[in-house]
This record gives sequence, structure tokens and C-alpha cells, in this order.
Amino acid sequence: MSDVATVRTMSDRRVPTNFDWRLVGVTSAILLIGLVSLYSVAGGGSTPIYLRQFYWMLLGWTAFGLMTVVDYRILARYAYLGYGVVMLLLIVVLAAGRSSQGAQRWLSVGGLSVQPSEMAKLAVLFVLASYFAERKIVGGYRIVQLTVPLLLVLAPLALVMKQPDLGTALTLLFLFIAMVAVVGIRSRTLVVGALLFFMLFPFLWQGVWHSLKDYQRARLVTFLDPSADPLGKSYHLMQSKIAIGSGGWFGKGFQEGTQSQLKFLPEAHTDFVFSVLAEEWGFIGVVVVIGLFLAILLLGMDAAIRARDMLGSLLAVGVVAMIGFNLVINVAMTSGLLPVVGIPLPLMSYGGTAMITTMAGLGVVMNVRMRRLLLFH
Amino acid sequence: MSYISSPQDQVKALHDRLLWMVVVLCGAVALLVVRLWGLQVWHGDYYHQLSEQNRLRRVPIQAPRGLVYDRAGRLLVTNVPSLNLYVVEEDMTDSAATIAEISRTLDWPEEEVRGRLNNRRRSAFVPVLIKQGLSLSEAARLEAHRLNLSGLKIEVEARRRYLYGTMASHLLGYVGEVTAEQIENAKGETASPGTIIGQSGLEASYDHWLRGRDGLKRVEVDALGHERRVVDAMEPVRGDDLYLSIDMELQRVAEEALGERAGSVVAVDPNTGDVLAMVSHPAADPNLLSGSMSAAEWNALVNNAAHPLTNRAIQGVYPPGSVFKIPVAAAELESGQFHPEDHLYCQGGLQFGRRFFHDWKAGGHGSMDLVNAIAQSCDVYFYRVGSAIGVDTIAKYATEFGLGQPSGIALASERRGVVPSTDWKAKAMNEPWYPGETLSVAIGQGYVGVTPLQLADLIAVVASGGARYQPHLVKAMRDRDSGRLTTFPPTRLADAAVGAKTFQVLRRALTAVVQDEHGTGGHARSQLVSIGGKTGTAQVVGSPSGSSQVKAPEGYEDHAWFVAFAPVEAPTIAIAVLVEHGGHGGAAAAPIAKQMIERYLQLSLPEPSPTPPGEVTQQSRPAPRSTRG
Repeated sequence: MSDVATVRTMSDRRVPTNFDWRLVGVTSAILLIGLVSLYSVAGGGSTPIYLRQFYWMLLGWTAFGLMTVVDYRILARYAYLGYGVVMLLLIVVLAAGRSSQGAQRWLSVGGLSVQPSEMAKLAVLFVLASYFAERKIVGGYRIVQLTVPLLLVLAPLALVMKQPDLGTALTLLFLFIAMVAVVGIRSRTLVVGALLFFMLFPFLWQGVWHSLKDYQRARLVTFLDPSADPLGKSYHLMQSKIAIGSGGWFGKGFQEGTQSQLKFLPEAHTDFVFSVLAEEWGFIGVVVVIGLFLAILLLGMDAAIRARDMLGSLLAVGVVAMIGFNLVINVAMTSGLLPVVGIPLPLMSYGGTAMITTMAGLGVVMNVRMRRLLLFH
Repeated sequence: MSYISSPQDQVKALHDRLLWMVVVLCGAVALLVVRLWGLQVWHGDYYHQLSEQNRLRRVPIQAPRGLVYDRAGRLLVTNVPSLNLYVVEEDMTDSAATIAEISRTLDWPEEEVRGRLNNRRRSAFVPVLIKQGLSLSEAARLEAHRLNLSGLKIEVEARRRYLYGTMASHLLGYVGEVTAEQIENAKGETASPGTIIGQSGLEASYDHWLRGRDGLKRVEVDALGHERRVVDAMEPVRGDDLYLSIDMELQRVAEEALGERAGSVVAVDPNTGDVLAMVSHPAADPNLLSGSMSAAEWNALVNNAAHPLTNRAIQGVYPPGSVFKIPVAAAELESGQFHPEDHLYCQGGLQFGRRFFHDWKAGGHGSMDLVNAIAQSCDVYFYRVGSAIGVDTIAKYATEFGLGQPSGIALASERRGVVPSTDWKAKAMNEPWYPGETLSVAIGQGYVGVTPLQLADLIAVVASGGARYQPHLVKAMRDRDSGRLTTFPPTRLADAAVGAKTFQVLRRALTAVVQDEHGTGGHARSQLVSIGGKTGTAQVVGSPSGSSQVKAPEGYEDHAWFVAFAPVEAPTIAIAVLVEHGGHGGAAAAPIAKQMIERYLQLSLPEPSPTPPGEVTQQSRPAPRSTRG
């Protein structure tokens, strides 16, 4: 666990033997279940959605492989470069991106649509991990010391909010919080930070509220007072709850989910794919899937704990934070615990860039696991 | 915590923080599982129910209404397929665009469409009927828009078709969607919103048989309201068929004879109470009334000064004029104060108190016995008789003939008319009876009010020699399921308390009305059959009194009455004809009765008219019997 070991491990012959098939297996299982759910609800189009998602999965595994092969310490050297490129893309997308449903999120590259905001997650992950790993601050961070990393997050976050993509913005913010939790801060800093946050909250809220699109505000209002408009804005939320709840213990069966098959459930193949799963496979199916996700996350945390250096821990925790946050928010949103913020379910919701980003993230986790210290384990 | 400085301590602190994160992570996931358990297991049934409500819609299947035939088995009312436009409000995603398209296609103002949607506002899931009987091009155009304009539904359904148009329309009635009040006031038999029920006439009276029982299908719909498949269905039960006592051929003769004139004709069989024809003019086409009329069309009908929706046969109350002399004559003889041969002198009028009561014949009729007084409709004779026997005696016998009371016919809103008496005036007007008023009553004027059906009943009682039957319209009902035919025998009421001798005299007098050289009913004289009858010329309230030679202004002309029975020897038909503002009864009304009688006897002479199987034909009934009162 010192810098001396760094160079040696890069050619460590033990690395391939450390390859963790459990992570691959669990990930494959989730991907397969996601594919089944997409097949169930969305057959339409010249290329069926499940098939397109399958192609994206292949690309995802490629990204996973790339992120696994090259040592994460070498990858981290390009963190700032990648960060710069992503910032550029985020600016480009605002200037020349393609709009859909009131948000300007997509860049068309040779016929493929990519979402720079998804890439921003990876870029911020690496840049924060590199930044914190280089600082050797003992006894926790102070506020002043957090300024630079905070700015590193806020810059892309502001651009993402501008699109607007509330879900990704929140993910970036949570990524930062998780990283800070890993490196630790002084208890006094925590108190002052909390105070500052509450004092500034009204102004922050104003800023956030005004940057929201009408439909996003409507979702928030609906969430706070569902009776305000039962057939209008809260329709999505209610239909999703009905879909999940009506699944019961064992679900209605494959392609038997009436809520999703008869189109009562909106966005069944993207944000609400979890509701499809819950309706057709019931509580049992839901527990299995959440169990698989928990397995991935715990493998990630395990990688973080056993990582040979701070950088590895930070990267692994960052990925866990990203996936875990999206999982919790998505399920909480579809089951009516949180307002509809438009966060997809990792590995299961239809979406190419998100698929690649998540798979790349899991590749990073694998990377860290493979290059862990095996001295006393 | 500056004492933590060794690398080991730092690593330990890092591990602690990471372990805490694992705990937080597991906590968050546990929270999700608890939430999902709550939704799926704890409240699973509730949400399952909600999802079923989402996907399943209960759609009533209209039961085909029973058919209606006349007594000869002619089909009068049937059902034909019709393209009906419905809107399900709940499914309309863009109601403004949908309403605009409907209004363009149907060429209706948008308010009309909106009005229909709002009028019958109930559950938003229940389809609201917008228009019945779309044309093919309208249907095609709307069908083409059905995919982008959600909430539209075009259904092929049975529509009521009245094959004879306006003929017998008041009698048959019409159908329409059940109204909110009807649902609220329904006793026992319930109709769900959207059900088509009888709204008037026989359609309403016999709705419980005709309607059948609606079926119900449960269909699976998608979020746009499009039906995907039928989950299950309970088939409807068809309504029962009715066989009426009406003879449509006789009805047609009456309708055509009355023509464009306002008025009413009722023909009954004096031996059974069968109503053979019932005409009321003007009439409205029940095919339109049963369809989806616009509010403007409906208002135009309701506010029409000629009241086309009123069934004059049972709802029109008119002074009977000289027809009333029949019960007055019966009262005269039954009172014992007069003999038929008693002669009373008529010199063209009678001074009573300070008022001079005219006879319709300015020079007077001279010396009159009862038969001549009736045949020539001498007023003065009846002035004298009336003032001698008094209004209460007249009222007693008028009531024996069924006047002043509802006949009990199976049609709603029948009026009872008025038979004035001292009691009646005390109750109704809180005034004493003035003797002079009796003179007006004696010739069927003043307070006396009757319906055409009541006069048909009256002449039927005379024809049958006192036997009274409740007039009825439905002879039989056929159960659609079993095919079983149930016949309804005549309902004989208590005989009129009038002696047989009196009836003989009355029939002799009424025959003289038609046959006698000086009779007022010469227009009814037939080469084919002997007819008895009585003319009536009823003054319209507000017209100049007496028999003015000057032609009355429009709308104040006298109502023309004629009642008749035939053949005199063994009557099989009794008729009352009213022509509103028709002038003299002998000229305006009598020819109609004559035409009908000739046609009816023609119809029934060669062979009994075909009636539904299992039926006793009216021809085989015993001849009318005279009974003592």
C-alpha cells in the first residue's frame, strides 16, 4: 500500500486470475432481465427496442472491457483531459443539440445519438477521484479545501441543469457527496456546511425552481399534492403505483401486465421499466432484481475497501454511488416515494449512453478489484 | 483528531467510513423493499382492483326491443341497424378538437355537440350518444379520425323503426335514452344510463315487456379507450312482441279521411273494448322523435301551437255538443218523467229567466218527440228536458256512460273530462249551480268536457245495449324466448245502469239521425250497411253564442263531432270522430265515420281478419246482449 507497489502491479501476473466472474454474472443477469422487460412492453419500430438495447449492451460490454484492461491509475492520468472534452461537448449540446420532450440532451454523431450529460458522470468520477487522491489531507477536509472539487462538479452540473437534466445534475451532486464522505471532512466543516446550506437554501431553491421547465415543476407540485389533478399531472405517478401494486406477490406474468401492455403506464421502456418488471413478476421478481443490484453494489464497496490505494477506493465508491443513487431514486420515484425526476434505472432502462456509462463504471469497479492488494486476503 | 496520523490509523478510518456507507446503502435498499412490499403485498388487492378498473370497461349490450304488430299480424314497429356516434368523455385527450371535428362532420353548431355531452353528464366513462343514424359518409369521415381523435365510438345498434311513419304515432309512442329523473324515480325496474326506453304511448306503457333485458360485456380497453378484446359477455334478452287490437287498414282509412285537419278518430269494438283505430292529428314522426333530435328541433315541436305531441284521443278535452244529447235522453227516459212519445214544442228558442236560448234552427222544429228531437238535434226539446230533470240526473247517467272518468286505457296522461253537477261546481268553483246552466249542459255545452275516446266508449255502450268494456290496445304478447303467446281477454266493466228499453229507443233515434230524411247525419248514410250515429257541433269557448249564420273567424269555428255504430242490427264497430274547427258535425265528421265503417265491414265480412295464432277472433263473439240496469 505504497507508491512502490504501483509500477509493479501493472504487469502483475495475478491480475487475470483476480477477474471477478461474480460481477460479470450478476451484471449479465440484470441485463437479461432488463431485456426481457423491454421485450415485453416494446416491440414496435423497424428495429424493436429490445434489439437496439441488445446492441447497446454489446457496446456496453466493450466499454466494460476497455475500462478493465488498462490500469485505473493510467486511466486517471487522462482524467482532466476527459473532463475538458466532456465540458466542451456539454457546451456544444446546448448550442447545437437535438431536443426531445423539452430537453436539449442529445448530440448526433454519425447517426447515433449520444448524451454528453451521461459522459459527464464518468468524467466527474475520474476528475474528483484524481483530485482527492492526490491531496494527502490528514484529519478531514475543511471548507476551503473543498472549494476546488466543488467547482469541478458545479461547472458541468450547471451546464447539465441548463439542458435541463435534473436527474443527471442530482447524480453529479451525489457523486461529490459520496467522494467527500470517503475522504472525510472535519466535523466542524460538516456543521458549518450544513448551516451554510440551510441559509442559502432559499436562494438555491429559487435558482433551481427557475431553471426547471414547466413540466418538471408540475411534477413536483403533483408529488406534493396528488389530489390537485388526478387525471392530469399525477397520472403517470398513479399509473406507475397501480402497475407495481397490482403485481402482487408473483406478478401477472410475462407480457400479461395490463398496465404496461395497454399503455396506461407511461414511458414504460425508459424511466418506468421497473414498474413493468414489478407488474409482471411481482414482489418476488422485484426482490430478486433488487437483490442482484445490491450484490453489484456490495461487490463495488468490497472493491473500495480492498483497493490498493485511495484512488481505487474513490473510483469504486463513485461508481457505487452513481448506480446506487440512480437505483434508489428510480425505484422510489416509480413507487411514489419521490417526485418524478426522470432518472433511469441503471442497466434496465432503454438508453444507449446510459448503458455504456454504467457498464464502463462497472468496468472501473472490476479494474479496481483486479488490482487490489492480495497480501493479507 | 490530529492524533490520527499513522497510515494504519488513516486506513482504519477510511475503512470505517466505507463500512458506514455500506450500512447506509443497505438501509436505503431495505427501505425500497419495505415500500414495495407495502404496495404489492399489503395493498396489492387494492391496486389490482384499480388496474382492473383501468383495463376493463363494462359496456351494456342493448337488447333488441320487441316488435309490434296490429291485430291482423301486420308489422308496425321493428328494429333496423343504425350507425350511432358515441363519445367517451374520459377518453377524449383533446376535447376541443374532437368536438370541432364532430361539429364539422355533422354540420351542427359546436354548442349543440357540447350540449349533448353536458346534458347527460354522469360517469365520464359512460359513452354519451351524440347522434343516431349517421350517414355512411359521416361514419367514414369520423372513423378516419378515430385514431387521432380519441374518445369517439361508432356503434352499430338497433334503431326503432316505425313502418307507418306518423300513422298511429301517438298510440305507439316513441323511445329515447332514459333520463336522469327517470332513473331516479324508477321503482323496481331499473335502467342503467344510456338505456333506450319507451318515452310515450305504448312504448312507455309496455316498456317492461318491450325492452327485454340488456346484456353486458366486459371489454379490455387500452389507455386511449380503444377496445382490444371482449373479456366476457352476458347476452341480452330480446323484448317481447305485442299484438295490438288496432287494425292498421282501418287506421289508415281514418288517418287519410281526417287528412290535414286537426282532430281525432277513435274506433272500438263494442263487444270487446278492442280499440280498432286511434288517430290524433297533427302528429310527429316517431322515427324522428326516437332518433337524436337537436334541441332546436325538439323545442319547435314542444312549442308548436298545434300541439303535435298531444294525443287528442285521450288528452284533448272538448265540449261534446249535441252528442251529449244521448246521455241526456237516457236520463230523460230513466227519470220516468217523460215517455218517448211525449211531444215538446220548438219555436226556435226558449226564454229562460233573462236569457233567450236559441235553437240552432232559427225557425224552430215544431212539435218534437224524442226520436225526432235526436234525429234533427232539436235544442229546445233538450232545454226543456234538461231543466225538467235537472243537472244532477244528467250527470248521473252521463257517468253511467263512462264520461267524466278515465277509461283506464293503457296510455299515460289520460284526461278525465268534466261531467258537471251541483256537487262538482261547489267543489271546483265554490259556487252554487244556476238553473240556466243546466240548459247549456243539456246540449253538451257549458262546463261539459269529454275526450274522443270517451265518446267512442259512449256510443259503444249504446251499441252493445249497456255492456261496458274497458278499452284496450294489446290483444296478445309473445314471449321471445319461449315463443309462447299470452292473450288478454276483454275486461268487462259493470253494465251501464240504463234499461234495455231505453237503449232500444236510443238506437232507433240514432238510426233516424242517419237514415231519416231530416236527420242531421245524412252524410253518413251508406248503401252497404245500416249506420246509427249522432252529430255534434260544439261551440268553441269565446265564439259568439248561438247558431250564428255568419262564418266564425279562423280558430273560433265550431268543433265537428260525429259518433256512429254499425251495423245497427248487430253492431261490431263504434266510432267517435272529432274535427277541430271543422264546422258542422254532419258535414265534416260524418263522412269519415261512414268511410271507416264501410271499409271495416268490407275487411271483416269475407273472412275473419287473420289474427295471431291461439287467438279468439272478435267475429266469433256472441252478439251484444241487452241488459237491464
